[in-house]
Amino acid sequence: MNNFGFSINKDKSINMDEVSKELSNYLSAEEPTFDSCMSCGTCSATCSAGSFTKFSLRRINLLVLRGQLNEVKNEIDKCMLCGKCTLLCPRNVNTRGVIVAIKQYFDKNPLN
Amino acid sequence: MKIEGKQRIWADYQKEIANDHYFYVRSCIRQNFFPASEVTFWKIIRDTLHKDIYENEHHTSCSGIGYHSDVVPFATTQAIVARQFALMTENGYKNLTSSCITSFGVYSEVLETWKHFPEELERTRDILYKASKREFDVPENVAHTSDLIFKFRNEINAQAKYRLVNAKTGEPLRGVEHIGCHYAKMFPSKGVGGAEHPYVLAGMIESWGGKVVDYPERRACCGFGFRQYFIQANRGYSVACTKRKFESMEPYKPDFILTNCPGCPYFLDRWQYVISEMEGKTYGENGYGIPVLTYEELAGLVLGFDPWDLGLQMHQVSVEPLLDKMGIAYDPAKKFLGVDNKNIGKPVCPNVMKI
Repeated sequence: MNNFGFSINKDKSINMDEVSKELSNYLSAEEPTFDSCMSCGTCSATCSAGSFTKFSLRRINLLVLRGQLNEVKNEIDKCMLCGKCTLLCPRNVNTRGVIVAIKQYFDKNPLN
Repeated sequence: MKIEGKQRIWADYQKEIANDHYFYVRSCIRQNFFPASEVTFWKIIRDTLHKDIYENEHHTSCSGIGYHSDVVPFATTQAIVARQFALMTENGYKNLTSSCITSFGVYSEVLETWKHFPEELERTRDILYKASKREFDVPENVAHTSDLIFKFRNEINAQAKYRLVNAKTGEPLRGVEHIGCHYAKMFPSKGVGGAEHPYVLAGMIESWGGKVVDYPERRACCGFGFRQYFIQANRGYSVACTKRKFESMEPYKPDFILTNCPGCPYFLDRWQYVISEMEGKTYGENGYGIPVLTYEELAGLVLGFDPWDLGLQMHQVSVEPLLDKMGIAYDPAKKFLGVDNKNIGKPVCPNVMKI
């Protein structure tokens, strides 16, 4: 194959008709307050873990909706469950409950 | 919805296109990419449709490439555009037609700026006069050259020697169209059909007997952009955009791709070769690519111009499968013979894609 001095970038588009909605549906059932998240980012702004790592609950929400479960699994253990985000959330999302529910989901449905 | 209601709404998506007397401004890059397209446009407008069209040898680049690459400031671009308008005014024309989509976008942007910020127009007049003692009128009508072919598509159809129909089966050929981003995405009212339903190329295909095929990434960029192509290491972004379009249109088995921008046919054509060389993938039938045409080339084929006079031998993707489907007679031996039968050289055969 020819070398043109560059490579073809991987397409990052996500077909929402094909993504896994299992975790999203699980969270809607187990921790329905997460459905009212408006992605304001208050949780991420106050996050202790986020001060030292790239952890962000707002990003977790995006990854869940996109069905990017590997990325969620890699991120979720960074949370220390301190609960500051729960105190500040303007939509009263039980953010600690969200993290616990995600952990429960992966315990029940381990990724290959 | 009632038909009358639909027609009334659709009327809002139309634009006024002058009927005659055009001041023509060339593209900087089209003559290198697809060298016969602009010549063909002149043949069609002047010799076939008998319209008055004029271009001036003092016309320059609109500065669009520099402007969109952040090396030419907008004030300079306005002054350069004003100079083109001055050439138009000095030669007695009021309708401007631009061969380049980027130029068309630049002209539209400058005119919209002057409409909303009249002080910018006065400042530009002042700058141009101080620099060159030139004065200008704002054009009464600005149209892209594809608008003109669209406007006269039925007149072209009336003189057609070939139609976009499979000569063997009688079925309409399947065309996918790709509109240049700067045609109507920035200023929807400046394009036929606006940004959401651009009809300028679809109208040509339908008038000439073909069938327009929709595909999910129809409105996505061809991948040219400016900055992601100019730097070699960034070209992977450009190919990725184009590849996404090919992957999206492939299941619909298009017979050809029709474009109206200088960069789009180039990238949709050349990147098919690059993808085939890098990944071994082709998107046409039987190992060929999907032929990519400019609207002038397609109009020329419909009117019966010789394919090699249209410059179709300069395409990376072979156009012969399309010519065969349309039943167009051509001499393969003359493919690489230029003016006066001078051999223009034959390219090296690709490793993967058939030509």
